[in-house]
Amino acid sequence: MSVTTDAQDVSTAPRRLIQSTPVRFMAIAAIGVAVMSIARILSDNDDLTSSGTFGVALRTAAPIALAGLSGLVAERSGTINIGIEGMMVMGTIFAGWWGWQFGPWMAIVGGMVGGMLAALLMSLATTTFGVNHIVAGVAINLIAPGVARFMASELFVGVQGGSVTSSPGNSGRMGSFTVPFLSGGDLFGWQTPDILGWFEDTGWFFVADLAGFTKGMTTAVTWDVVLTIGLFFAIAYLLWHTPLGLRLRFSGERPSAADSLGVSVHTMRYLGMTISGALAGMGGAVLVLFANRYQENQVAGRGFLGLATMIFGNWMPAGTAAGAGLFGYAQGITLRTNPGDLVRALLLAAAIGLVLTAFLMAYRRSFAGAGTILTFSLVTFWAYFAVESPNNQLVFVTPYVVTLIAVSVGAQRLRPPAEEGIPWFKGMQ
Amino acid sequence: MIERIWRASLAPLIAAAVAIVVSSIALLISGNNPVEAFSEMWKTIDSTQSVVIIINTSVPLYISGVAVAIGFKMNLFNIGSNGQYILAALIAGWAGAEVSLPPVLHVAFVFLVAILVGGSWALIAGILNVTRNVNVVVSTIMLNYIGIGLTAFLLSEVMRDEENGGLVAQTKVMPESAQLPALNPVFEFFGFNFAPGVEIYGFLPFAILLGVLYYILLNRSLFGYELRLSGMNADAALSAGVNPKRMVLITLFMSGAVAGMIGLPFLLADPNFLKYGDAFPTQLGFTGLGLALLGRNNPVGIAAAAVVWATIERATQRLGPIGVPPEIGRILQGSFLLAAVIAYEVVRRRNDAAAAAAAAAATSERADSSYEPPPNRGTGQGAEAPV
Repeated sequence: MSVTTDAQDVSTAPRRLIQSTPVRFMAIAAIGVAVMSIARILSDNDDLTSSGTFGVALRTAAPIALAGLSGLVAERSGTINIGIEGMMVMGTIFAGWWGWQFGPWMAIVGGMVGGMLAALLMSLATTTFGVNHIVAGVAINLIAPGVARFMASELFVGVQGGSVTSSPGNSGRMGSFTVPFLSGGDLFGWQTPDILGWFEDTGWFFVADLAGFTKGMTTAVTWDVVLTIGLFFAIAYLLWHTPLGLRLRFSGERPSAADSLGVSVHTMRYLGMTISGALAGMGGAVLVLFANRYQENQVAGRGFLGLATMIFGNWMPAGTAAGAGLFGYAQGITLRTNPGDLVRALLLAAAIGLVLTAFLMAYRRSFAGAGTILTFSLVTFWAYFAVESPNNQLVFVTPYVVTLIAVSVGAQRLRPPAEEGIPWFKGMQ
Repeated sequence: MIERIWRASLAPLIAAAVAIVVSSIALLISGNNPVEAFSEMWKTIDSTQSVVIIINTSVPLYISGVAVAIGFKMNLFNIGSNGQYILAALIAGWAGAEVSLPPVLHVAFVFLVAILVGGSWALIAGILNVTRNVNVVVSTIMLNYIGIGLTAFLLSEVMRDEENGGLVAQTKVMPESAQLPALNPVFEFFGFNFAPGVEIYGFLPFAILLGVLYYILLNRSLFGYELRLSGMNADAALSAGVNPKRMVLITLFMSGAVAGMIGLPFLLADPNFLKYGDAFPTQLGFTGLGLALLGRNNPVGIAAAAVVWATIERATQRLGPIGVPPEIGRILQGSFLLAAVIAYEVVRRRNDAAAAAAAAAATSERADSSYEPPPNRGTGQGAEAPV
């Protein structure tokens, strides 16, 4: 589909300051916190790293993460899933329906069922009939909103509080939980002290930001988000630590070899798509639980953001989760009060981050790249000082700009499953 | 010739039958009478007015289909034509109303602005693809949302018509010199009669010209051959002296340039618009994806698909009064699309198998009779890629 650049020569691997991967990962995370902290102090905007912002970010990251995980399972088993967006739309309509009828937990089940139905339809086209995967995915994306609208007109019109664009609302809210001691959660009815909250209020460099982040991750987390995090571990275990997972990945890497060892490639691809659809549909359900009702156009490109997340994460669960966190944060800040100021503060953080990246590239003797990044950094600094506070229309584009930049910077040494997207039939080489 | 038409229309006919069955089931489940609904929809083509409205509606849909078909021909999926055309329509509408030029030049100027804006916006995705290896589907869809946000920003902050009280967010109305006259006199010359107020908008000839140009450029020129070759096999294209990166850039620019024209029928020829505003249609780009798939990237096929789409949209407007949800039209369109995509693939594979068998029979006469043709690998990227 796209022109690939030449594979990077191993002998020209970049010079690295730190060799160990986990240590480097920790170092990058620490630098990230430090940059955000500096930006918070310089822009005098505490909300940039407050627990409230990170709490919303976690909430907005969950559906994107599920969409990314959905794409990961599908593509690992050999199907390029452009139809995630449509599957999420089916998830929202079913979640709105079942949530209204049976409550929040059934909304999740309903969302999964809706997503699975769309995924099975797509798999029928791609696996059984060998239709080009992107064509089939585009078709699913075009069909799903129509089906959702028809269902809404049948289910919700004429009901108290319902209309063709909105469900009447879920019966009951999804519960949430707060970690005791760390963030002041209840323990057998006793209100524990809020230690992280105290640190966050100090405003100390680095410490307050880290406390804000941790508190945001551990305060009033709804059960659907907890389930989402659990699913990441479950899918990673399934794909890399079970025989079934091996067969699923085998079907995406080398279907003919899998077939010669007795693996039914079509069964695996159907299974992968079913799981993928369930995950995407659950992503839709999480959106419905957030808004407490189905709304038309609720998905608004999150399926595609999820797809970008998966590519950013190099078809791996950890990378996908990291990408979802980044894009979820960018989307989350647009939902806070005074999002314009937050976006402006984020610009400052981006500018500082770009300067550091330029230094790193210069250290790696990539002076042309360093110059380019430095230029971008200057433009970003200029934008920070020139723009008073971006208006709502420009705030709206923040997550998409962040995604596009992240994918552009990151999409270099990626390795998708070898034979994904190629229709396979018995007897092929 | 008749054989060719029959072969080309077999799959769509099967798909139409499937779509009608699926929609009937949906109507039955929801407690409506499908026979009643379809016979009511069939009455749509009952007046010249209806036919004219269908033609006018299908023109921008058709352009939208052609725009993405250019990318499809090279296996480049420009999913973001929506943002490209909205941005192009706003800027072209604003620029067209700001300048004063003689009649023909003025229209050409609006065309030029729309083409440049749409093409440049899509070109960003091309540049990111060839320099940073970013997936085109992802970049075009992100640019789609960025384009929509940018359009809303530009409209409310920069390009709004302040003299109009500034209450409605819209650009100034196009001056007379940038308007295309209705085509009624031409059709009346051939003996057609129109009720008062019924107009065939003047953009139709440009749409037809676009289809002809598209066909010649992609199917009858060296450039078109190189483009299709790059799409089918980038390595083969490279060894044949074609620079696939350059082809990506050119193709995405052309796709975006045509997408930029989707809004022009409204800006230049539709008396209800002649400006960019809040009522401007904003979803035509996504529809175009379906039309390109239905029309198999062929201009005549896309035009037929656009007319079918517009007819279904017009027909469903009759359903509300008889108590059937008009949304059934979306089910009809969607099931038609998916069934057609599958039917095309099945027919293509059957034809390929027949051709392989014929070739095998021809070769076995002169070679070892035990020779078996290699199995059809069928990467889904045949000559008529990607459908």
